[in-house]
Amino acid sequence: MADMSTSEDIASTQGEEGTRRDFIHLLAGMTAVGATAAVAVPLVDQMNPDASVKALATKEAVIDSIEPGQVVTVVWQGKPIFIRRRTKKEIEEAKTIPMKILKDKIARNLNTEDKAPATPENRIAAGREEWVIVVGICTHLGCIPLGPNETGAGGDWHGWFCPCHGSQYDNLGRIMKGPAPENLLIPVVEFLSDTKIKIG
Amino acid sequence: MIIKILVMKMGKLSIKRVALSALLPLLAGALWTGGVAQASGGGTREPVEVEWSFNGPFGHYDKAAVQRGFQVYKQVCSSCHSLKFVAFRHLGEKGGPFHADKCPAGFPDNIDCANPVENPAVKAIAAEYDIVDGPDESGDMFTRPGTPADYFPNPYPNKQMAILANGVVPPDLSLMAKARAGGPDYIYSLLTGFEEAPDHVDIGPGVYYNPYFPGDLSSAIKPEYLDEHGHPKEGIHVPEGGVLKMKPPLVDNIVDYADEEIPETVDQYAKDVGQFLMWVAEPKMESRKQTGLMVLVYLLIFGGIVYASYRQIWSKDEH
Amino acid sequence: MSHESNYVPGSAIERFLDKRLPLIRVASEFMEFPTPKNLNYWYTFGAILTVMLMVQIVTGVVLAMHYTPEKTMAFASVEHIMRDVNFGDLLRYTHANGASMFFIAVYLHMFRGLYYGSFKEPREVIWMLGVLIFLIMMGTAFMGYVLPWGQMSYWGATVITSLFSAIPVVGDSIKTLLWGGFSVDNPTLNRFFALHFLLPFALIGVVFLHIWALHVPGNTNPTGVEIKSKKDAVPFHPYYTVKDGFAIVLFLIMFAVFVFYMPNALGHTDNYIEANPFVTPVHIVPEWYFLPFYAMLRSITFDLTIPFTDIVLINSKLGGVMVMFGSIIILFFLSWLDRAKVRSMRYRPWARFWFFLFVIDAVFLGWLGGKPAEQPYIAWAQGATAFYFIYFLIILPALSMFEAQPKGLPSSISEDVLSKKAKKQKAIESSIQPAE
Repeated sequence: MADMSTSEDIASTQGEEGTRRDFIHLLAGMTAVGATAAVAVPLVDQMNPDASVKALATKEAVIDSIEPGQVVTVVWQGKPIFIRRRTKKEIEEAKTIPMKILKDKIARNLNTEDKAPATPENRIAAGREEWVIVVGICTHLGCIPLGPNETGAGGDWHGWFCPCHGSQYDNLGRIMKGPAPENLLIPVVEFLSDTKIKIG
Repeated sequence: MIIKILVMKMGKLSIKRVALSALLPLLAGALWTGGVAQASGGGTREPVEVEWSFNGPFGHYDKAAVQRGFQVYKQVCSSCHSLKFVAFRHLGEKGGPFHADKCPAGFPDNIDCANPVENPAVKAIAAEYDIVDGPDESGDMFTRPGTPADYFPNPYPNKQMAILANGVVPPDLSLMAKARAGGPDYIYSLLTGFEEAPDHVDIGPGVYYNPYFPGDLSSAIKPEYLDEHGHPKEGIHVPEGGVLKMKPPLVDNIVDYADEEIPETVDQYAKDVGQFLMWVAEPKMESRKQTGLMVLVYLLIFGGIVYASYRQIWSKDEH
Repeated sequence: MSHESNYVPGSAIERFLDKRLPLIRVASEFMEFPTPKNLNYWYTFGAILTVMLMVQIVTGVVLAMHYTPEKTMAFASVEHIMRDVNFGDLLRYTHANGASMFFIAVYLHMFRGLYYGSFKEPREVIWMLGVLIFLIMMGTAFMGYVLPWGQMSYWGATVITSLFSAIPVVGDSIKTLLWGGFSVDNPTLNRFFALHFLLPFALIGVVFLHIWALHVPGNTNPTGVEIKSKKDAVPFHPYYTVKDGFAIVLFLIMFAVFVFYMPNALGHTDNYIEANPFVTPVHIVPEWYFLPFYAMLRSITFDLTIPFTDIVLINSKLGGVMVMFGSIIILFFLSWLDRAKVRSMRYRPWARFWFFLFVIDAVFLGWLGGKPAEQPYIAWAQGATAFYFIYFLIILPALSMFEAQPKGLPSSISEDVLSKKAKKQKAIESSIQPAE
């Protein structure tokens, strides 16, 4: 049996020398684990957006041909962005909606502070009352809501209506009814001029 | 008898000796086949070995040279040669010639110049190119200034037009430094190696002789230098290299460098283009070598620890 | 597993599992497996190959997430991996050089098997499964090389698939079937991608059988004498896990030098030129690990006719293909060609001499495979090919008869180990007391 020593025999070597000997095996094991962890980094990180994808992180759009009452969809980072030019009537209609009936009272606007309330002012760019620019993805489960182009009215609240599970948004993209938990997200938007915006 | 002696000698062979004697030529052969000689004819002249800054395990690109090489590419090469796998943003990526760790003073805070898409130098270069985009709402294609995300445009809209203009399609340069035996040495040698064809060959019009360019000039020898069987006469050799349709692209002073210290000579231009095209073909080389160093150090330490562990475990088995 | 298990399930969970899915028992038996205590570093390549298979599968799956198997996009998608994907250049260089490392390790593994007679009774099945692994590996590597859709990819695919057209009667139909068209084209690329992804998983299965078959009779060892008593063996763990581990690290160091410092040294420059179906490269060469077989293929430049007539039995094309495939098929029968009872060539000087010539011959063939198909290389390749087959078909069977008496065969593994130690001790003592 003396020859058939197992790992336990080695581990149980007595005394100080024994501990030092155990240490080298432990160190070898730890180094192997470290190597595996280091190898995992590139194997996982390769799935993150690559340089060509990141290069398209911003999008410029020309908006001078959009008529009041019209919604134009542009693609940014593979997502639809609704650019809506509201009529005077629509602007007024949105202002009449009282804050307390809003389902989601936070602005969800990346251009404002995190907790800003979902007032009409916080859902638009300062001084650009006509324009509502939102990510066209329903906050419920990611369907694309239908607007005035597709349905005429745009749902009960004359904004957008999601065909998947019946969420209703007003013309500022605020959730009014249905299962969606949040207002439509407003991406980072910069007005480069009266006719040109930069998204992202 | 001889075999018997041989066998007696072989009797001393161990597996190690058998393996070593066989493996060394195998390894050498494997490395060597990469540079197998091309076909027949007069052969090709070996490229000049340039001492590039990026040679060796610690080599790195000479950023200024890569920038100058880009200038030469832009002003000379790009009128015929595409660079289709390279985007403008690549110029500003880490290791690229126009990469900046931070913006020059006076830039607004919200611009991150380390990001190649926002790098002002890259944006300016991109904007100098016209990019065909579209179709627009009326279904027409239009041109617009380039953005960092765009790729270098092809000088010809299609292959047929490239052939019409040059007789052949000028090869894309994105991978040139890896797609020819000798790599950047070959590029340098070709660019500086144009010479008059030897007297005894007739290469015909519209082509240029270069001893570094792979080809076969055995059929170009003038008839008066051939014997009655059509073989070259005594003392007449097929010249090295071949002919190409590209006329010598570089002449002294063709590109104006901003740095007055740098000579504006064909030799310097060719070295700078070599640097640039090597970077273009292997943009990640610097970071790869750096990572490699860390990996090797780690593995050597790891190997040492495992060896200690191995000796320790096997010492239990001493009888 | 042939040895008795010492495993006693400890905790309640272990007892529960042991009756239902005895995973821990199997793992424990694997770890305790009695292994000859005299295995040298030549025996570590099995573990190295296992690691290499994992490296190739992991990097391959990851590369497949970014690669596009479509003829207008394949080359560009590889460049996309090299330039834009996070760590993409390292992943691709690891995979590409990994193939070469895999073959280096497999050739050394085979070399060891041939030298120490690991293919002999009762290990014939292990050896044959190994040859099958080698065949699948070659197919996988070949199809993988096609995927970047460079010039060598395209023309390599054309040449190798055209081999099948040498088969009489059905050859051309088979070629068309392989291509999915009338030349190597998009359908070919797409199916090669699918098969290149699939075959490594088939390899895992055969490797599993290979290891299973190994655990029935156990390892051979440099003496070729079987384990006779417990004195001859040590448990696999920790003795060989740590020895294999050390060898793996050494191998990875060599691998890393290639990946990080000379990633294109083993490749061909022409494969950085996008495939062009109308321009054949001046000089087509396969990857280095196929060169010996390529040399044998090209060495058959003559038709085999019925003597004194013009009737061609086997034309040169079919002959070349038969010789090339024959050179691998012959390995399947090795266990019956070399019937010598003594396994290890340590104790067979004649066999060792001829084996030495055989290895030189194989390396020489590899060198010839990289040369242009012209004289004198063709004549040399013909001689070398002839020797390859003579070695297996004549020399080995003949040696098994002539060399019946081994030289200095020890009676057991521990006897050999002890005598080596004694010799070493003597050498040390004599060096300590120098002669007056």
